[in-house]
Amino acid sequence: MEYEKQTEHKHHHVGYGTLILIWVALIALTSITVTIAGISLGSYTLFVALFIAAIKSSLVINIFMHIKFDEPIFKVFLIVSGFTLIVIFILTFSDFIYRG
Amino acid sequence: MSQTDHAHAAESHGHIHRDDIGSKMGMWLFLFTELLLFGGMFLIYAVYRYQYPDQFHIAGMELDTGIGTLNTIILLTSSLTVALSIAALQRKNKFLSVVLLLITIVLAFSFMINKYFEWGVKFEHGLYPGSETLLGKPNGEILFFGLYFIMTGLHGLHVVIGIIFLSIILAMIIKDKITFDNYVKLENSGLYWHLVDLIWIFLFPLFYLIQ
Repeated sequence: MEYEKQTEHKHHHVGYGTLILIWVALIALTSITVTIAGISLGSYTLFVALFIAAIKSSLVINIFMHIKFDEPIFKVFLIVSGFTLIVIFILTFSDFIYRG
Repeated sequence: MSQTDHAHAAESHGHIHRDDIGSKMGMWLFLFTELLLFGGMFLIYAVYRYQYPDQFHIAGMELDTGIGTLNTIILLTSSLTVALSIAALQRKNKFLSVVLLLITIVLAFSFMINKYFEWGVKFEHGLYPGSETLLGKPNGEILFFGLYFIMTGLHGLHVVIGIIFLSIILAMIIKDKITFDNYVKLENSGLYWHLVDLIWIFLFPLFYLIQ
């Protein structure tokens, strides 16, 4: 048992049940986002939609793509590339919005 | 021999000259280049949506939310089946793994069939890049449809590549070239397929759910 724990990062198997549960959550979030899109929330609509998309992607990345159980270095890669993307977005918008 | 025993034997004797972690690392690095490729397009989308909010709204109404939702469900389900396929192979259930991978490929095809009909309707309405109907519209709408075709088109291309990869992997599992103790190729194809799903998770609300 101790040995199994040691090598968990390498041999962690996600169960069928967990995967199906995540799928149910993803489908539920999809129906929520479609329903909300029909209700007018003004300028919040986009943020709510993106927030739900972010939750969905974190479920896919963590469980389906196994990043929660894999080598920590993959997580570092992910954070670096995500951060790069955010920086590019911020720089572009700060240029675009304040242009004369 | 249990899974851990097997792994233990392989590790302590070093019989298997294989680097699964390195292999996956390569796949992740590739996925990040994909992320930046699509990220650039999302950036263009964000800037022009900010510039032409009303025209994006009008153009977005033309898209079929129903078919978009259906394709979202199809892709999410195919993501599940490929993940289940890996889980089945890990549990030495080759048959179930093959069946699940086959379902994934069928779902991927149905996604493309829906896409074919969706684009077909757009073309019938004279909406395709460079068409007279489209060029007669205001700038924001031209940009919306341009981004719609290039982004869902590039995503569709990834779906087609995914179908090819998953089919090769399927053949390898059937021929026992990918087995319960050597399945990193299946995992990497799974990662690619999940990325295709991830991109769609963002494409869907940005294009189909503008109200």
